[in-house]
Amino acid sequence: MRPLLSVEDLSIGFGKDNPVVRNVSFSVAAGETLAIVGESGSGKTISCRAILRILPRAARLDCGRMILAGNGADGDLDLAQISERQMRHVRGNRIAMIFQEPMRSLSPLHRIGNQVSEVLHLHGRCSEAEARQQVLDCFERVGFPDPERTWRSYPFELSGGMRQRAMIAMAMVAKPELLIADEPTTALDVTTQAQVLGLMKELQQETGMAMILVTHDLGVVANMAEQVVVMHKGRVMEAGAAEPILRAPAHPYTQDLFHAAPKIPQEPAARRETGTEGPDKDLILELKHVTKTFTLRSGKSWSKPTLVRACEEVDLELPRGTTLAIVGESGSGKTTAARIALGAETVDPGGEILFRASPGADPLRVHDMDRAARRAFQRQAQMVFQDPYSSLSPRQRILDTLSEPLEIHGTGSRADHRDRAAEMLGLVGLPTDMLTRFPHAFSGGQRQRLSIARALMLDPKLLVCDEPTSALDVSVQEQILSLLEEIRDARQLSYLFISHDLAVVARIADEVAVMRRGMIVEQAPPEVLFHDPKHPYTKALIAAQPVPDVDRPINLKLVAQGAGAPENWPEAFRFAGQDAPPLVPLDPGHKVRCHV
Amino acid sequence: MEILRYAIYRFGTMLLTLLLVSVLVFCIINLPPGDFLSNQIAELRATGQEAGVAKAEFLRREYALDKPLWQQYFIWMGLLPGPHGFSGMVQGNFGWSFEFDRPVSEIVGDSLWLTVLVNLAAVLFVYLVALPLGVLAAAKSRTMIDYTAAFIGYLGLATPNFLLALILFYYGHQYLGLPIGGLMAPEYEGEPMSWEKVRSILIHLIVPTFVIGTSGASAMMQRLRANMLDELGKPYVETAVAKGMRPSRMLMKYPLRVAFNPFVADIGNLLPAMVSGSVLVSVVLGLQTIGPVLLQALKSQDMFLSGFVLMFVALLTLIGTMISDVLLVLLDPRIRYESRDT
Repeated sequence: MRPLLSVEDLSIGFGKDNPVVRNVSFSVAAGETLAIVGESGSGKTISCRAILRILPRAARLDCGRMILAGNGADGDLDLAQISERQMRHVRGNRIAMIFQEPMRSLSPLHRIGNQVSEVLHLHGRCSEAEARQQVLDCFERVGFPDPERTWRSYPFELSGGMRQRAMIAMAMVAKPELLIADEPTTALDVTTQAQVLGLMKELQQETGMAMILVTHDLGVVANMAEQVVVMHKGRVMEAGAAEPILRAPAHPYTQDLFHAAPKIPQEPAARRETGTEGPDKDLILELKHVTKTFTLRSGKSWSKPTLVRACEEVDLELPRGTTLAIVGESGSGKTTAARIALGAETVDPGGEILFRASPGADPLRVHDMDRAARRAFQRQAQMVFQDPYSSLSPRQRILDTLSEPLEIHGTGSRADHRDRAAEMLGLVGLPTDMLTRFPHAFSGGQRQRLSIARALMLDPKLLVCDEPTSALDVSVQEQILSLLEEIRDARQLSYLFISHDLAVVARIADEVAVMRRGMIVEQAPPEVLFHDPKHPYTKALIAAQPVPDVDRPINLKLVAQGAGAPENWPEAFRFAGQDAPPLVPLDPGHKVRCHV
Repeated sequence: MEILRYAIYRFGTMLLTLLLVSVLVFCIINLPPGDFLSNQIAELRATGQEAGVAKAEFLRREYALDKPLWQQYFIWMGLLPGPHGFSGMVQGNFGWSFEFDRPVSEIVGDSLWLTVLVNLAAVLFVYLVALPLGVLAAAKSRTMIDYTAAFIGYLGLATPNFLLALILFYYGHQYLGLPIGGLMAPEYEGEPMSWEKVRSILIHLIVPTFVIGTSGASAMMQRLRANMLDELGKPYVETAVAKGMRPSRMLMKYPLRVAFNPFVADIGNLLPAMVSGSVLVSVVLGLQTIGPVLLQALKSQDMFLSGFVLMFVALLTLIGTMISDVLLVLLDPRIRYESRDT
């Protein structure tokens, strides 16, 4: 069959530099999905933007043809050659695009209905009333329960998943022949991602459009694509039908990508010996009955403030030398729990956080510290942040960044600081001659190593890692996780590990607590949790995780049930309102929130 | 309805603020030691003109200047009965100018609305110039158009206003036959309003508007350009382009709407800056606005006059801020919905 769009020999450069995309060719046929896979800097995004010619102003198309097959009236078009005027007729009309960040890809000041129906007006398809009807139908199709209401809504009134649905509606309303989706689900929670991917697939089957899906996630590829192009540093590494490539990648780079992709293991892995069994456990950190209520004040001083429970009756125990992971989607309260554990957030009366710096020591009451105790505690407990790009000051040399904690706590001389900084750089696998450089000289993975080094400067006993790998490419993510494991075992560190990513957690944690809306719904060691999940929400999380295996597609039914309202959960777990059942131990070490 | 309630609420806070301002203004005009009359009495005594002293003493009693300061304030505001019952700001009696020996309202009468007129013209000028130029400079950033606009803008910022005024008067008169100084031809002063008078005023307004507005316009233009450039990098702009919008329409509909907020929020700041900034210009240009009156009144400690002028400027500012607040709420749904229960 003749392809709908065929890109041949595309090269894109910036200024006088060498091209960032070199001789890339791919094609996509109607009704087919092509996935362009690559890590950051691979040129995947810029290649797909070149199709619509929405490139940064400094970019130039060096060579190449992009032939869009004619439809009836029009002949074939070379998108690289046609005038801006003709291009505008293609954009949004014949080729539509969905962007990565649904939060920012819609104008904050215009109503959703206005923004979506604009596509139809722009291409002069129909009258005002017809356009409105079409848009409302489209809203209904992409899963808005009340299309009229959505029409009147502003983007900030919708959740991330709903905004992405609005974006999809905007792209689909003109019934394009080709849809380009640039990391459409990367910014979304897993369960939302699964539903959005499912929706896109359904829509494609209904309309028979072609789709180009740009992604870094091989799991998404396995679920969506018929064709794959693997890109690396602006070149195509491997291309062809998805199934054979996913089953047996030929190119070494594709193999590396596969190897690095974190997976939820199918076979129970051998349990790491932590030496923490037995009745008298040596706990470094204990959270007891921790509840945190935030008060949202509305703009009017006379109306009653809203109370939000970020954490509700959270009980957690972290044995020394192990990793406790808290998993949850956005708004689950996992970050609040981490901040509470560090004493950065107060708790409602009745909650207790106990910290023991050494085995058998008197517990430090983290929720109730004076200044001196807080200083001492800060030396023992440190944090690794999510975004290595914004958590390092761009104006400080690495040496200054690393020695700052020592200066604050007034220990040692400048020479000591330097030695210590050099030692820590070595520990995280960076050459020590980098001390005098600035953060911008480092890649994302190196920066995350730096922030780990900074956290280790004071020789803490407890490290709180808040999504330390979620901003990184998969291959780098793998390295950082290995590094964290090595350091934990070498230095007898204990981690409180916050993540939304089950696969990451499956690999590093000794104990996993799944949180939903401030409550722990299930808690168990990973090998138990991932192979014998009891709670529908845990099942949904696991089912929603895309795995790079064509034989294990996402089970949308499980996702929809578990991620939905608690009223629709199976009998044993069901509850309404605030009436949640207690967290009960089903087996030793496996707690589930259910009616017994 | 929501917006109406907000406007009423905002009007209420404005009145409260105005009350606070009146206290401040009263304190400020009483800060220098003595007052116009006590200075005058001392002077008269020194030169032995006892007859004048009696009149001044009479005025002191007449305007309650012999009472304690807090009573003076309330009498000035018209919240307490003075020697002639309730007669103060609230009742519309703005007091007596000792310097000019006439009621304040008579002195400022004409200059009040002329001030409003000149400043409105200047604000309009600022917006009409800054809006298209700022958008253009942002859309064509890093091109000759951008650089030229920036150059002219900085020239406008850097040139002292009075100098600009003199230059414009000279060349405007020489080549375009524009009148020099004043806000109307002398023969219309004190005359009732007529078409001829309006025409004369409009022609006289050209140079002052330009002079007072230039620096504000260039500052505003630069700010709008920076805001627009910020917005142009946002993903929703890309979304709009990917829909197939024409660049000009896209600019107007999306980034400009967002970049417009600071633009609107500035209305409140623009007014007082212009009134106080235009004092010197008004003196140089011979405009019968309130600026020169304020200057004179402050110099001679003519307290009721300066007090009234300060209150008037404060009122202009507060009205400006109120207008911009209400407009912002109208323009930006995010602000609108924040004050609503969710």
